[in-house]
Amino acid sequence: MQAPEVVLRLRGVTKRFGALLANDAIDLTVHRGEAVALLGENGAGKTTLMNILFGHYVADAGSVEVTGRPLPPGNPRAAIAAGVGMVHQHFTLADNLTVLDNIVLGTRPLWWPFAGRAAARARIVDLSRRFGLQVVPEHRVGTLSVGERQRVEILKALYRDARILILDEPTAVLTPQEADALFATLRTMLAEGLSVVFISHKLHEVKAIADRVVVLRHGKVAGAVAAAETDSRRLAALMVGADLRPVEVRASPPGPVRVALRSVTTPARGTAPGLHGVDLELRGGQITGLAGVSGNGQSALAGLLAGLERPTGGTLHLEGDSGARWTPRAAMRAGIARIPEDRHRTGTIADFTLTENAILEGFDRPPFARLGWLDWRAARAHAARLIAQYDVRCPGPETPIRLLSGGNMQKLILGRALEAAPGVILANQPVRGLDVGAIAFVHGRLLAARDRGAAILLISEDLDEVMTLSDVIHVIYEGRLSPPFARGSMTAADLGVWMSGAGFAHAA
Amino acid sequence: MRLEPVANPGWGRTLGFPLAALGVTVLIGSVLAMVAGADPFATLGLILRGAAGSRFALLETLNRATPLIFTGLAVAVAFRARLWNIGAEAQLYAGAIMTVLLGTGALAWPSAALWPAMAGAAMLAGALTLLGPAALKVRFGVDEVVTTLLFNFVMLLFVSYLIEGPLKDPRAMGWPQSPRLIPDARLPRIVDGLRLHWGFALALIAAVAVWIVQTRTTLGYAMRAVGQNRQAAEFAGIPVGRVILWTALISGGLAALAGFSEVAGLRGSLTRDLSPGFGYTGIIVAMLALLHPLGVVATAIFVAGVFVGADSMSRAAGVPTYIADIMLATALLTMVLALALTRYRVRWR
Repeated sequence: MQAPEVVLRLRGVTKRFGALLANDAIDLTVHRGEAVALLGENGAGKTTLMNILFGHYVADAGSVEVTGRPLPPGNPRAAIAAGVGMVHQHFTLADNLTVLDNIVLGTRPLWWPFAGRAAARARIVDLSRRFGLQVVPEHRVGTLSVGERQRVEILKALYRDARILILDEPTAVLTPQEADALFATLRTMLAEGLSVVFISHKLHEVKAIADRVVVLRHGKVAGAVAAAETDSRRLAALMVGADLRPVEVRASPPGPVRVALRSVTTPARGTAPGLHGVDLELRGGQITGLAGVSGNGQSALAGLLAGLERPTGGTLHLEGDSGARWTPRAAMRAGIARIPEDRHRTGTIADFTLTENAILEGFDRPPFARLGWLDWRAARAHAARLIAQYDVRCPGPETPIRLLSGGNMQKLILGRALEAAPGVILANQPVRGLDVGAIAFVHGRLLAARDRGAAILLISEDLDEVMTLSDVIHVIYEGRLSPPFARGSMTAADLGVWMSGAGFAHAA
Repeated sequence: MRLEPVANPGWGRTLGFPLAALGVTVLIGSVLAMVAGADPFATLGLILRGAAGSRFALLETLNRATPLIFTGLAVAVAFRARLWNIGAEAQLYAGAIMTVLLGTGALAWPSAALWPAMAGAAMLAGALTLLGPAALKVRFGVDEVVTTLLFNFVMLLFVSYLIEGPLKDPRAMGWPQSPRLIPDARLPRIVDGLRLHWGFALALIAAVAVWIVQTRTTLGYAMRAVGQNRQAAEFAGIPVGRVILWTALISGGLAALAGFSEVAGLRGSLTRDLSPGFGYTGIIVAMLALLHPLGVVATAIFVAGVFVGADSMSRAAGVPTYIADIMLATALLTMVLALALTRYRVRWR
């Protein structure tokens, strides 16, 4: 049998960001009709590599060839013209335009806006039928769900005659069912002779779609294996450079109810829905997991527990004294420790030092302050304690926190939150973007807090994480909460059905 | 063209670019002097000598720096908390008005009691002047750049009304100016016979006080936190609105001290030309100092030196004093660019 044609060849691609070697002499080939998965932890260099391929970054060394011809560096237009299409993790669509306009935008001269509109529409309809990418060309993108937007992104690439499609973590925003539909589309594309590069850090997806898996670690190719000849265990070992043991979570007896929501309603914020009549109980000694496609009210629930949102209907019952007005301060006084979703924008102040960040939630109370005067000695001692106990790797407590990696930043936030042995913990995307080592650390600390009796609400877009850690799972959909499901009573597919909205009684 | 952050700017970068900015400023000043028909080197020499060439020149520069230290501090404090106070001019006049109200005989107290009373009343008036715009910002999200800026004109017209009407000095032979302060209300000179008064010392004390508040107190910490990352500050339970209001009170009070010090230390009465834009120049002073309160002292002296030097140069060489404004504008622009270039590298492609 003749080997299929090589459509994409990267040779010795090297990219350095300051002291960080993001890509170190990476070689990669993709054949016609082949799906290659690019696997690696966060920070392994996957996205950097794809941005170089697509011309967003210029490599310090190395070359990119598409169907035998070298691609000029730093030129996305040339990449598109050569048949490379990219679907970014964060979509690049204009909300106020229709699907049709978004797809044709940039393909035709601007001074002749109506040229070939009908033909363009026909072509889009044809493409969407061929690849199972259902869209209505006339709908405005702003009204579409995340899954639909992704389809538009893929159509955009296909419309530009992409022969190589690069998808950057495409399933992060999808329900399991939507992900299956995406995989079906990708298989059709492969059968038609297109090639797919699929970036992911989820092992089972990689197994499901890829012919070949290339594993990146610390900017280098750690290994390339045929998907059929490997298993998740071996891939994980390649990814982290060590054998990985799956997390074992013992069941835990439920304790007293520490937080109770009774038909709580909160207002919508922009495009993010509020809560609609949510009933929820958080019990001590339990992790309550919140599953759901992102943007379905998770931030409203997190904001409520963090003290940022006040219920407009229903009641919030707490063990501790919360004071008259529900504020972040009242939430902290009530014993709620908060790990925010966005550690850069909400959890820390970038230009503040570790010491200053360590006292962010208690800077105006003893032992850090007396009569309005700060006690920097106590603050530094506190920071040093957190650094030691939570294994924060840093040059010292006087380092600006922006110089730390995400994992170490998160460890400081975790330490700040857990230091006072809180009764309730709000953990919103606690391990997003962290490497495997940091994930294990954070999960270990959360489980330890649970075992000592804390009530934990775990909000995550990663269904595996929710299912592994949670004693009870709720699904959230458009601001409504499913009934509680006990550990092990639901499969991922069962939860996926709830995540897509089926099962919810649709009150007007 | 794109900018790439430089992780660890070395000494070459951190010193080289600001020095280059200073060089560009001098160069542009020289070209302008040449256009005006003077010898550029002689002109620069005259500016330098006029600013610092003699005891008199130096004290005159410090004298001119005094109100700039106050307004520079006012702006630095406010900007640090991302309260864009463009209204130091109005707050300065509010302070001047209070100084005149209390210092022209209304309080027949000894100096030791009168000075703190006037300064305190001035600060209060300045603080309240900024409190309005700050409250509108906190409560309704009204853009304080617009309100504080427009308030400058309202205040100037109010001053005009006062010195043409109720506060007009009957003995000023028709000139629109307030009565003069009583002798006990005047700030004495630090050096006999030279114009430098104790307001300068007060400005230095204010700079140190602001520095201590910003680095040692919970309020200063909260102000910096709100300025650096409002969202994180809010999440951490810092009462953002209240912190902004406190910032406004401090900032307005500092700017008002410029008015107090100018009236009580230098002018002795209130006129429409009390401030040739000290409130606006304070923004340049604060920005050049990177909002650092002790840096404000240095940049205020530098800016004042350029003004005083250009004044003296213009008398000697016949080059218009506009050159000072242009040089300061150039200094600000090039310095902002230089500071960006120390942190970012430009990549052409």
